[in-house]
Amino acid sequence: MKYLMLVCIDPEFTPGQDDGKPEVDDWAGEMDGKGIRLMGDRTRPSSAATTVRVRDREVLVTDGPFTETKDVICGFDVLECEDLDQAIEVASKHPMAWTGAIELRPVWPWGVD
Amino acid sequence: MDDTIAGIYADGWSRIVATMIRFTGGDWDLAEECAQDAFAQALRVWPADGVPDQPLAWLTTVARRRALDRIRRAGVEREKLREVAMEPVPPPYAGDADIPDERLELMFTCCHPALNVEAQVALTLRSVAGMSTAEIARAFLVPEKTLGQRLFRAKQRIRQAGIPFRVPPGHLLPERLSAVLHVLYLLFNEGWSGREQLSVEAIRIGRTLTVLMPDEPEALGLLALMLLQDARREARTGVDGELLTLEEQDRSRWDRRRIDEGAALVERALRRGRAGAFQLQAAIAACHATAPSMDETDWPQIVGLYDVLRTVAPGPVVELNRAVAVAMASGPEAGLALVDTIDGLDGYHLLHATRAELLVRAGRADEAAKSLSRAVDLAPTEAERRLLTERSAASRRTGPRTGPLSGPPPAG
Repeated sequence: MKYLMLVCIDPEFTPGQDDGKPEVDDWAGEMDGKGIRLMGDRTRPSSAATTVRVRDREVLVTDGPFTETKDVICGFDVLECEDLDQAIEVASKHPMAWTGAIELRPVWPWGVD
Repeated sequence: MDDTIAGIYADGWSRIVATMIRFTGGDWDLAEECAQDAFAQALRVWPADGVPDQPLAWLTTVARRRALDRIRRAGVEREKLREVAMEPVPPPYAGDADIPDERLELMFTCCHPALNVEAQVALTLRSVAGMSTAEIARAFLVPEKTLGQRLFRAKQRIRQAGIPFRVPPGHLLPERLSAVLHVLYLLFNEGWSGREQLSVEAIRIGRTLTVLMPDEPEALGLLALMLLQDARREARTGVDGELLTLEEQDRSRWDRRRIDEGAALVERALRRGRAGAFQLQAAIAACHATAPSMDETDWPQIVGLYDVLRTVAPGPVVELNRAVAVAMASGPEAGLALVDTIDGLDGYHLLHATRAELLVRAGRADEAAKSLSRAVDLAPTEAERRLLTERSAASRRTGPRTGPLSGPPPAG
């Protein structure tokens, strides 16, 4: 099963609860090696985001993110996992799970109900 | 005949559903529908033909055939089901023992932490206990439609989020098992406040769990705790349905068989040397259940058990119960000193009720009255309000006494 892993910042996070936090390079190396991480990267902050809409055939471009939430998403990865348990384990080893939050979205392939 | 089939349903439903979930590649709805169809067919055919020697094998074979029919007829868009339909039809099961037992897989999946607790409870009752949507809805006083949607969403979530149908690997097991135990205890407590079927199901599932996982002392501990509490079910109310305290209960109405079984189970569990919260609570319940009276209760032993419990499962309710035990073992002032150090229970009626009782015993009636009126204000049900009011009247008449209230301790 494929999961989109959204790497998020948690504005509520209080420092000091992340003792022993793993390194992101180690995480990526391990998951790449196991064939679990298919791709992934950081994303630039929302100040660099552009939002595109088409209304009445007109392309509307606005500067900034789609939602009001500021700078929540800071990266993404695409995972190939056995099941949700494996995806949870992979996510829990990512340093941003220790200071932020990771959202796992199952990929919904076309042609599947 | 109906009783025979009901008995087979009670024991066999979860076995068949689990097998069918595996067979359909995780289609819970189809699995349940086909299991249901198989039992319906049994009700039609068995009264005339007699119950087959291997009823589970018969039922599972029927359910599987029904699943294949449905999959083929419906054309089926789902890939996993298409694969099932392409496979050659497996031979019928020769005997009940040939059906793989996947009830544990079923329980762990129902109680997966990626499902919310309401969904876990509803799924467990539907898929493991075999209660109908209508029965579950009645037990939780929610409209059947709401409950149906809750089940629908839970099953959909299992499939879409990729929640696996399996027993978790060793490193996940302690945490996942405690989720299963938590759901069972929640069901038991729901059943304690009237809807008895839920307690019956919780005990039945708990029993199955200890058979399937004989090496898990907390599973034994939970079953013991439920049995020991359930032993007092008949005795906990008086003639007018009013709640009785442990002290007021007629101990001859306690169910000796359940007590003996519970006490033996908790001993067996504790011998493994991995005392957990359920085992310790069961051990405390066993002390109460095996004591001939309030006075002859081994209070120092109970205090000792609370001392361990507060390290394993710290929390203010444990502190409160420990304070009561200390008061019984060493006098009301010792208990009061502890009650006054408890943080975070100011909105809990039993804190104030306990304080009131201990103050009465210590001869501090004025302060006691204040605590009691606070307890009455906070009591969540009319029955408990009445119990508190009557207890205070009784204590004024016959002199100070105190004891823990009956009923399972709140979780935490």
